[in-house]
Amino acid sequence: MESSRDDFVIAIRSAFLKKQNKQRFSLIGLIFFAIIFLVLGRLNFAGINYTKIFIKEIVYRSSFIVSIPENYIKKTYMTVKSHFDLYEEYIVIKKDLKKLKSEKKIDKFIISENERLKRIVNDYVVDTNQILAKVLIDKQSPFLKSVVINKGSRENLKLGMAILDGNYLVGKIVEVNYLTSRVLLLSDLNSKIPVIIEPGSIQSILSGTGKNHGVIQYQKEKKKIQEENTVYTSGSGGIFKAGIPVGVIKKNLMNTSIDSEAIILEKRVTFFSDFSQLGFINVLEFQEESN
Amino acid sequence: MSKFSENSYFQYFVNFFPVILLFVSVLNEFDFNYLELKYFSFNFPFILIFYWSLKRAESLGYGYIFVAGLINDVVVGLPMGISSFTYLLICGFSSYLRTITLRPNVFKDWLFFLFTILVINSLTYSILVLFFSLNLNFINLLLNLFFTFLFYIMFASLFDIYLKIFFGVRND
Repeated sequence: MESSRDDFVIAIRSAFLKKQNKQRFSLIGLIFFAIIFLVLGRLNFAGINYTKIFIKEIVYRSSFIVSIPENYIKKTYMTVKSHFDLYEEYIVIKKDLKKLKSEKKIDKFIISENERLKRIVNDYVVDTNQILAKVLIDKQSPFLKSVVINKGSRENLKLGMAILDGNYLVGKIVEVNYLTSRVLLLSDLNSKIPVIIEPGSIQSILSGTGKNHGVIQYQKEKKKIQEENTVYTSGSGGIFKAGIPVGVIKKNLMNTSIDSEAIILEKRVTFFSDFSQLGFINVLEFQEESN
Repeated sequence: MSKFSENSYFQYFVNFFPVILLFVSVLNEFDFNYLELKYFSFNFPFILIFYWSLKRAESLGYGYIFVAGLINDVVVGLPMGISSFTYLLICGFSSYLRTITLRPNVFKDWLFFLFTILVINSLTYSILVLFFSLNLNFINLLLNLFFTFLFYIMFASLFDIYLKIFFGVRND
């Protein structure tokens, strides 16, 4: 018994403490170094932060270059796939276009009417400015959903700025470097944004799930949310401007899960934008315009 | 002379192939996201590091592994140092297995790999959740672990062929 314990200790010592043949660094030394890196990073130690920024700038660019072959394969795969779905998509798009054309005429009138009414009630009107950015890294790990873009503090990007794909919200900036920034997608488990559900003007919080959809949490009023209701940013807290479309509540995706206390109806939100297909995105800068 | 230098370049490439593969995999992430396979993901660096630390440790220096971990953290967006820590622990586990093994067997390696990634992922999960207050999807983590375990045997066979061709080593 004593001997087998000794063998175990000797094997552990040999594996971790003994410097292996042709190895420049000791394993245990590097493990300690990694732990120090982690702890100092957690404590926001200035030296580690500068090292992080330096490594990030280099790695983001290198990763973009190294990803070119895989992106080419990915693009080819998508092209082939879209060719197969072409006819069905054409029919759907034709139908949608007809509907949109009729809606656009009404929209123009509503926008101008809304602006006029806002001025009457002395509400602020937002002045927006969009910065186009390219997605450098789109490596959505199973745990964290984020992308890296090629604009940073040099272009006056700031933490918390809204990121749009077309007119749809996809996330917000959570890390700004000099030339690059990281965007936390709405689908990330750690993403929480204030939203309003229309019709009904229900204030709520949209949380990411780590999957390709979000869920409605902390509903302010106990009004019933219907399927096909649209989710917009509410503008609460001044993080995003109000009225950016986010997604739609889908009936067929609603499911029930049994909790120990009661049956909970999960309100899923299907995002308008496909986060796996982000190529170019807009960083939205907005400010209140004086009336 | 020319032939000799060509050979030495080739030899250099063959020796450093695992390091190159490791850096490409952390910079690029073989995620196959575009296939839109629900719940499918695996951790290729885990397989690569475990295998090469076990079979031919001199091909994969600890220093390179540490740097690869830092790069992986930057690309994926994890707190810096966490991947280096896990990668180096895998090296430690495989080194321990190499020390205690008298007759190498691929299935024993495979089972020990499962034990290793279970311990490593539990540690990572605990650190990220308790120390960094990050929310992680436990099911995704488990599925990632499961596919990593499944793919080990396939990649180990490919690496065995590579070792046999270029270094003349038999591993079973």
